[in-house]
Amino acid sequence: MVTTTTEQLTMTQSEFLNVVMPFKDKLYRLAKRLLISSEEAEDATQEILMKLWAKNKMIENYRNVEAFAMTMTKNFCLDRLKSKQSNNLKLVHSNYADGSASLQKQVETRDSLSWVEKIMEDLPEQQKMVLQLRDIEQYDFDEIAELLEMQPTAVRVTLSRARKTVREKLLQKHSYGIG
Amino acid sequence: MELDNVEKLLEKYFEATATEAEESKLRAYFSQEEVAPQLEQYKPIFAYFSAAKEERFTKQVPLKPRRNYYKWISVAAVAVLAFGIYFGNSYRVGLEQERIEREQALIAYNQTKEALSLLAENFGKGTQKVAYLNEFEETKQKIYNQN
Repeated sequence: MVTTTTEQLTMTQSEFLNVVMPFKDKLYRLAKRLLISSEEAEDATQEILMKLWAKNKMIENYRNVEAFAMTMTKNFCLDRLKSKQSNNLKLVHSNYADGSASLQKQVETRDSLSWVEKIMEDLPEQQKMVLQLRDIEQYDFDEIAELLEMQPTAVRVTLSRARKTVREKLLQKHSYGIG
Repeated sequence: MELDNVEKLLEKYFEATATEAEESKLRAYFSQEEVAPQLEQYKPIFAYFSAAKEERFTKQVPLKPRRNYYKWISVAAVAVLAFGIYFGNSYRVGLEQERIEREQALIAYNQTKEALSLLAENFGKGTQKVAYLNEFEETKQKIYNQN
């Protein structure tokens, strides 16, 4: 009796991969948004998935595994950034120009894409995350509030601020570029 | 979509009051090849967002095959139980035997005691008889003394 119930609660490796498959890219993209380096983001995502696997049996209890995993990723990356700051280490990365490859545009457009990316890098972490979750992953406000453990009104305020900053800085770059 | 409408939506977008449907209309508008010249400046924002969504996590996750400990716990429990029954039983049998032995020893002891006391009794009788011999000796001495 006992054995059958535990078997039902435990996922096999392939079942687990099926569960995490739909959102593993989202974890990675959030990690990369925060850590900037793709290598570090890969390591972080790997770590999160392994932690989830270790918690496997508990996963069934979470209503929304994706939200749970996203929150884990956020906390993990913020911790990593904090320890990096205290260790006085600099983020080393060499991946400024990916992401734009899918867009077959003129050089000019590609440049302005990487501008947007760089502008986002300079945003405060909270704004980065809200922008990432809303404009790239298209989560709704309630989900974002839950993921980031924020008030929904605070999410809107942060999002508006982030979007306006991006607009402003892009406009500056444009005018520098032209003039 | 009319330009007027797009501008209104953009305003809502920057105030973060646009709904999901409105935002997806904006994304659709800016994904077009041609947009109104005065809105050209916003194009990279939406273009970047859709490009950024294409990034994939391609690394393998080394998942260690997890042991199903519960299964083994039940196996261990059964083993302990069987062990207990087997050895517990022989232990119990051992105790029983010991009890019987003790009883038998008690019986033997009692029998020996009885036998010994019988012996002692008879020895006692013997001593009484030797007492007569003493009397005889005394009398004999008396006779010697008189002579």
